[in-house]
Amino acid sequence: MSNEKSEVWVTGIGMVSSLGEGLDTHWDQLTTGKSPVPAVDTEDQAPYLVHPIVDFDISTQIPKRSDQRQMGQWQHLGTYAAGLALDDAGIAHNEELLAATNMIVAAGGGERDLDVDTAIMESLSESDDPGPLLNSSLMGELRPTLFLAQLSNLMAGNISIVHGVTDSSRTFMGEEMAGVSAIQTAAAQIQNNQGSVFLVGGAYVAERADMMMLMEFGHALWHGDYESVWARENTDGGMIMGSAGVFLVLESREHAEARGVKPYARINTVVADRCNRQPGAAARVAENLLEEIADQLPQGPLPVLSGCSGVQPQLTEEHEFLKGLSARGIEPAIRGVTTVLGSTLEAQFPVNVALASLAISRGAFFDPFDDTGVEQEFSGSPDRILISNWGHWRGESLALVDSPDVQLRGKD
Amino acid sequence: MNSSFKDHMGRPIVVVTGVGLITSLGEGKEDNWRSLTSGLSGVRKISRFSTEGLRTQIAGIIDCEVGEHYFPPTHSLALARKTATEAIEQSGIGSRGSFPGPLFLAVSPAETNWDQRMDVYSGSAGADSQGYDRLLKNVAAGDFAHYYSLYQFGSIAEHLADEFGTRGVPISLTTACASGATSIQLGVDAIRRGDTDAALCVGTDGQICEEMVVRFTLLSALSTQNDDPQGASKPFSKARDGFVMAEGSATLVLESYESATARGAEILGVVRGTGERADTFHRTRSKPDGSAIIETITRSMADAGLSPGEIDYINAHGTSTPENDKMEYLALSEALGTHLEGTPISSNKSMIGHTLSAAGAIEAAISLLTIQAGVIPPTINCHEQDPNILMDVVPNIKREQAVNTVMSNSFGFGGQNVCLIFSAEPA
Repeated sequence: MSNEKSEVWVTGIGMVSSLGEGLDTHWDQLTTGKSPVPAVDTEDQAPYLVHPIVDFDISTQIPKRSDQRQMGQWQHLGTYAAGLALDDAGIAHNEELLAATNMIVAAGGGERDLDVDTAIMESLSESDDPGPLLNSSLMGELRPTLFLAQLSNLMAGNISIVHGVTDSSRTFMGEEMAGVSAIQTAAAQIQNNQGSVFLVGGAYVAERADMMMLMEFGHALWHGDYESVWARENTDGGMIMGSAGVFLVLESREHAEARGVKPYARINTVVADRCNRQPGAAARVAENLLEEIADQLPQGPLPVLSGCSGVQPQLTEEHEFLKGLSARGIEPAIRGVTTVLGSTLEAQFPVNVALASLAISRGAFFDPFDDTGVEQEFSGSPDRILISNWGHWRGESLALVDSPDVQLRGKD
Repeated sequence: MNSSFKDHMGRPIVVVTGVGLITSLGEGKEDNWRSLTSGLSGVRKISRFSTEGLRTQIAGIIDCEVGEHYFPPTHSLALARKTATEAIEQSGIGSRGSFPGPLFLAVSPAETNWDQRMDVYSGSAGADSQGYDRLLKNVAAGDFAHYYSLYQFGSIAEHLADEFGTRGVPISLTTACASGATSIQLGVDAIRRGDTDAALCVGTDGQICEEMVVRFTLLSALSTQNDDPQGASKPFSKARDGFVMAEGSATLVLESYESATARGAEILGVVRGTGERADTFHRTRSKPDGSAIIETITRSMADAGLSPGEIDYINAHGTSTPENDKMEYLALSEALGTHLEGTPISSNKSMIGHTLSAAGAIEAAISLLTIQAGVIPPTINCHEQDPNILMDVVPNIKREQAVNTVMSNSFGFGGQNVCLIFSAEPA
């Protein structure tokens, strides 16, 4: 086995979010010269705000109605974004390549039928003998397809069925860190000749009360009017959830060059660890991670994409950590991605890698996302971007996306 | 590195130095092995919740770890904790609370159970509302930190990582009924690429509740043989009518052969090869020609550097559904050809039931015990074998036979197929 580590190139990106569909749309909205205007829905999950998914035409990526019917919105979104990424990488419909494409999906849970849940809760609360009533209600109300739409690994299953990706197929769970581990694992496999092409990503649908409940168990949601993530710093904090589906095609440099494909960017490093989140612990983990990649960091201006969730005290800890980069001679130009897209959980790290790759390939960085003064201008062409991606509950990670010394895919 | 520590492809050899096991048959390896070789069944009537009105009322359920109120993530965590403790103790690796490698956890997706949902619903803050509005108002007004820490999709792995001191971010994974095998694959991959010398691979599933039973019932996947629970799981038999849900956990401590040897650890077996091929045919069924399963099996043999004639025994996926057992036979006869005829195959699920997310890990653990003991656990409840399944399924009674190499199959909904090959310690 060769000890020479392969470079990991980003050769395909599929992205749908509350801002729109596709790289051009995101680029245009995030480089207007002033703070972007996020899409915020105040009604759907009131009193909570969400960044709602834009309309997308599933029939363009999931043509068979029989397939469409087997999925709910979450699987639609992921399967759709995966199709965009495969198209973008020039892999779609190429059976030979698809059969050699590995997949790691970062997943939460699929759909529940909230109307059924609501009816059952109401009847159970009035019943003296809830056990048999629950059984008969479930037997009468649940649909077999709903279970399949619920299973976390069925996003991957649907991607195999609809798009024909058939090498290895793994589904990672665990909120933000599932997205980090998915990309970190795929990169490690590519670097060590355990696969040349990977489809990696995930999706999150914010407009779901059952998922909101999981977050509110920890009082982790933002209450009140919209504020940018940094503007929540002097408060109790909280997340505004956002919908997004993002998939990346990651490919070894050799494989991409052999088929004549140019990269958006290169994944240089992903480092991650965890702690029990005692006060200050997450910052210490991040400092150690930073030490691991310190030799890759420049002096002077450095663009930084943060997936900061807005949950306290991590919000303050992460901001302090990023400000502390200046002690190493780094001038961070921070962008709080959740300000414009919301917290997208499993999709958060794929979102950040997609945006970093986009900026590298376009030769410019995004305009500041808010006017709190936290985010500094960055002029010039970024040759590397630091990603800081911490979980709302657990896990801290850093990553460097940079430019390989080849011609990049530009605005073509 | 000494070349004897590398496999036929120049990769670090991966060995198993610790195994932990809990199933409906008992707690720990010894209890389980005694029952498995005695041909006992762990399937029983469900008493955890009312089964009135359910078509299936039996399961390989584990009630001994349940406290006053059944709480799915706590139960899955308790099962995993038992087997991880057993495996790490056997392995002697690391120190208490400090396992020198990552955690790969095969686990069911987190889901709020109806008891907990109704517990939240009963609060007063949202009494003027209905449905999820009511739940959310009650949650916002109350203290549910405990639920928060257990109902995240990464919760169980995070709690295990805290307790066992595994390194880095734990990976929670699901590939449906292949999950346990996938957790081992990920550990093997990590050791082979030199990321780590050791990995803790855990499968756990303690999630039998009303809604799970109903869901599988609606897919017509479960046996309804309620009057004879112990006879209900009958893989490869003519009368098989579905699988029996079960709970359980298994843990394997994986290590590089080199580091295990260096610390003088007892080696229980080698993970010789892994294979995988996703199916594109259907969400719950394999391609009719079995091609994805066939390739999964042939890829595992190629990865292991073994030919069909070198497989001594097959630990079947063997769920006892009409579809699975037929397809598994079809695929094996293609992949192994004439060698299948002389190769015994048996299904642990005939005794344990189908432990879903944990099954691949549990069957890997039993495969290693089989190699160590030179005894093949039987396929019980095989009184009239399906005449279209022409395999030696080791019916009803264990068989004493030296086993050097075991193939273990796992197939899951969503077109997930994984095959693992284990062998005795390298000579």
